[in-house]
Amino acid sequence: MKKNSSFDIIVIGAGHAGCEAALAAARMGFSTAIFTMNLDTIGQMSCNPAIGGLAKSHIVREIDALGGEMAKVTDKAGIQFKVLNKSKGPAVWATRVQADRALYRKYMREALEAQAGLEIRAENIEELLIDAQRIQGVRTTEHVYSARAVVIATGTFLNGLIHIGLENYPAGRVDEPPSINLPKSLARIGFKIGRLKTGTPPRIARDSIDFSVMEKQEGDMPPPPLSMFTHEITNPQYPCYITYTNGLTHKIIEENLTHSPLYSGVITGIGPRYCPSIEDKIVKFKDKARHQIFLEPEGIESDEYYANGISTSLPRDVQIRMVNSIQGLEHAVINKPGYAIEYDFVYPTQLKPTLETKMIEGLYLAGQINGTSGYEEAAAQGLAAGVNAALKLKKAPPLILARHEAYTAVLIDDLITKGTSEPYRMFTSRAEYRLLLRQDNADLRLMEKGYHLGLINRTQYNSFSRRRTDIQKELARLRSTRVKPAAVNSVLKRLKCSPVREAVLLEQLLKRPELNYGHVAELSPPESRLSDDVIRQVEIQTKYEGYIRRQAEQAEKFQKIEEKIIPQHFDYTTINGLSREIVEKLNEVRPLNLGQAGRIPGVTPAAISLLMVAVAKQKRM
Amino acid sequence: MDTDDTIAAISTPMGNGGIGIVRLSGSRAIEIADTVFRSSKKKRLSQSPSHRILFGHIIDDQSEETIDEVLVSVMKAPNTYTRDDVVEINCHGGAIPLRRILDLLLKKGARLADPGEFTQRAFLNGRIDLAQAEAVMDVIHSLTVQSQKVAMEQLKGGLSGKIDTIRNSLIELTAFVEAHIDFPEEDITPPSLMEMNAMAQNIHQPLKELIESARYGLILREGLKTAIIGRPNVGKSSLLNALLQHDRAIVTDVPGTTRDVIEEYLNIQGLPLKIMDTAGIRAVKNRAEEEGVKRSLRLLDNADLVLLVLDGGKALHKADKELIDRTDSANTIVVINKADLPQKLKPETVSLASVKISAKKETGLDTLENRIAEMALQGRSQLSTDIVTNARHVRALEKAYSSMESFLEGVERKESPEFLSVELRDALDAIGDILGITTPEDILNHIFSNFCIGK
Repeated sequence: MKKNSSFDIIVIGAGHAGCEAALAAARMGFSTAIFTMNLDTIGQMSCNPAIGGLAKSHIVREIDALGGEMAKVTDKAGIQFKVLNKSKGPAVWATRVQADRALYRKYMREALEAQAGLEIRAENIEELLIDAQRIQGVRTTEHVYSARAVVIATGTFLNGLIHIGLENYPAGRVDEPPSINLPKSLARIGFKIGRLKTGTPPRIARDSIDFSVMEKQEGDMPPPPLSMFTHEITNPQYPCYITYTNGLTHKIIEENLTHSPLYSGVITGIGPRYCPSIEDKIVKFKDKARHQIFLEPEGIESDEYYANGISTSLPRDVQIRMVNSIQGLEHAVINKPGYAIEYDFVYPTQLKPTLETKMIEGLYLAGQINGTSGYEEAAAQGLAAGVNAALKLKKAPPLILARHEAYTAVLIDDLITKGTSEPYRMFTSRAEYRLLLRQDNADLRLMEKGYHLGLINRTQYNSFSRRRTDIQKELARLRSTRVKPAAVNSVLKRLKCSPVREAVLLEQLLKRPELNYGHVAELSPPESRLSDDVIRQVEIQTKYEGYIRRQAEQAEKFQKIEEKIIPQHFDYTTINGLSREIVEKLNEVRPLNLGQAGRIPGVTPAAISLLMVAVAKQKRM
Repeated sequence: MDTDDTIAAISTPMGNGGIGIVRLSGSRAIEIADTVFRSSKKKRLSQSPSHRILFGHIIDDQSEETIDEVLVSVMKAPNTYTRDDVVEINCHGGAIPLRRILDLLLKKGARLADPGEFTQRAFLNGRIDLAQAEAVMDVIHSLTVQSQKVAMEQLKGGLSGKIDTIRNSLIELTAFVEAHIDFPEEDITPPSLMEMNAMAQNIHQPLKELIESARYGLILREGLKTAIIGRPNVGKSSLLNALLQHDRAIVTDVPGTTRDVIEEYLNIQGLPLKIMDTAGIRAVKNRAEEEGVKRSLRLLDNADLVLLVLDGGKALHKADKELIDRTDSANTIVVINKADLPQKLKPETVSLASVKISAKKETGLDTLENRIAEMALQGRSQLSTDIVTNARHVRALEKAYSSMESFLEGVERKESPEFLSVELRDALDAIGDILGITTPEDILNHIFSNFCIGK
């Protein structure tokens, strides 16, 4: 078979961003190629073997609603499912899944291989081919490929440098070579490039761990799937274990700080504050007597555990002593030592909200190359980049979500508007409208869009539509059906609640904290039986109606400013009264609208006032 | 920058002009004005034809107090300055009625206009043509610069420090609440209700003080309304004269007022006292007992400070007793005059704190002044500089305060932290508006520097 050398869309890198980008592009009907250095590491989880958690499972659900792959693959590879924050409200519930690393790779690779219109290539990219500020294709070590759009999703591979103790060597991940020529190509184009750092803990041999002295943490039963398209989780489920560092551990680390590249000035990249190395934890939080370690199973067939919480770049012999000082790990054998990795990233303010670079038309960046951290953040960007590359080739309007619609939007908008100086991770606190962006309503927020993009099929859409109609109908029924006090009071009495005197709306009853949908349905059943999904949604939307409405109103106001578009080539220098710094910032970010302009650090409300008039003036000219 | 809501502002220069205008513009302008206006012909503004002027009063519907006599112009879109519905309330000048009317409108749902915002709307709505656009922007720019300068000056000194402290405490509390939302699996103890409550009190209380200082600041600038009351011939007039002489107080003609309502100001240890009804005090003596008491009672309601004068040379009269009963111990000082005469009045028969003086011999005046200053400062040690005077700042503080009230109620109800956080963020946004700062990064920074997060 003759090898194809021309594609619509080329994706560089087959990690979490690359896979979603390639799948979306191919599913939208474009001939697509995905390039990886190694076919065996497609969909590799290079950090801990878990997907989801706070704000992250929210993102995964959004990917799912937009027809992405991550949730489905996670469900197939999951070996422990747990909903976090159950004691709080539904907006901050989050599902965390321990996934089997090997299975995850396997199922993601199968998804790529099964995808029509998508070719997988194991070649190294040496250079981006550009003509007239437009991407033309890529050159690999062996060939030249032409493409109308290119998505770069190379993770930590750009000039990757691994540190273990004071030794370091170039690598993209452990045992994998870095990409040296691609970053050169990016620098030649003129991208502003920065350096970040992240790290991993040691991997420990299972049979060397004494689990009997540790706290065991099981998942939920039955396991709650991440994808709305998964019916059941069939893998066997495994627990995680919790243990702690102690005074001796801290002493060993303190005595060896001079051998840590972090504390001897060898590492210059900036690491994430939310994921500090154990060295950092001990230096910065001296008063803390112990630090938690979460032992995560690497997989069903694996004989390794991931010691989450002690990410380190200390020399191997110190790592062994440190680990052996911990309860239950006295005889632990380290299979692979922890390491720190420094890598290049492209300052994300150089991107448009579509993740296309401002400088080179048709070139998109997604994932860690944009300064983010996390599989989920990467995947969401990959999906967005793939979709937008495809939409651009279709000459269709881009997919730009709003901050009150999706965490994906919060992520991209933060990156391109504010930039980042440390690996950016999503937190629910970054979202202004947290109560609207729940993992339970990701489908209601986004599936309609996924369907119009062609990423959600007709059957899936019809089933979603029915669910949506059922929810609306039931909410309307609750708002219009009254029940007599006699009937209500018999239920209230049973629940030891204060009785009512007059007929009361079902909606009012359901708002009472003591009552659930079951009680309401008992008093006045719906016409036909409702699915659990529908019931849960009706319950949430009713019980939290006050807060949800409040945020929805704020979001509506917010949206009005987002709709005030700034023309593409607007000249900020003509506005009398704007300071030079503000003009520079506006020119750097080139915001799409007045709302985004207002979020640029340093741009004042007064500047926005002026901008509003200036824009209106230009529109009338 | 919302261009759809209804905005309000005082559109005449501040100061003691003869007349002042509060302007409202936006889709709810007429509706909002209707909630505070009572036409003398019982007509509602919403029923009035466009471009009409109605006479009536502005009433605070909570206290049923009449704030001012006004003329209200109703101008319906699109033939108005901004092309939105516009209502202009013409009232008697002077900062107090203007500010009170504006405050009332803001309470009823209007938003305080940004500098130049009426002009900006006029332009955005197509009222002003393109050629004038530059001029519009100049206006916005210069007003912004000007108001920023004023605001910065007002924020100088202890005040900005205080607001900063409140903001930091708010960030700390928010981080405290938020840490358990985003990091439920970390080894950190969730905040107890008591802790949250205690931290919130540390924000709530200073906010309350600042808001009170704003009210107080207004009083200070306008003068503490002081009533000198008492039966005829007890020496009210001589007390006033003595105080005036003692302090070489400035006697001013307030521009725009007529001769017979000349107001006299006393300056007591830096505090301006505006003497109410000086004409009444100086009226011919030997008037009927009854009339004097009536006059006194009339003044009591509006006074910030009451000086109740008794004649020390005479035993307590029935009318004296009546006045004592009607006054409020929190703002009244009993002045026992004529200390130079043989004393027949027993101070212990007066239930209120009293000061003995002789207006004629000018004795006891220092003690009286000290007492006045003490009472006026309400326990404040001195006239501090940290008084909020900017209307926008006051609104923001009030917003933050009400969010903190909701937060405390939420804590009481044991609400989940993500809901409590909504209130804290609203409070932070309001405070951020004063200082011109946004927040989410600050909260995260605080979480990371105070909790050891990270697996």
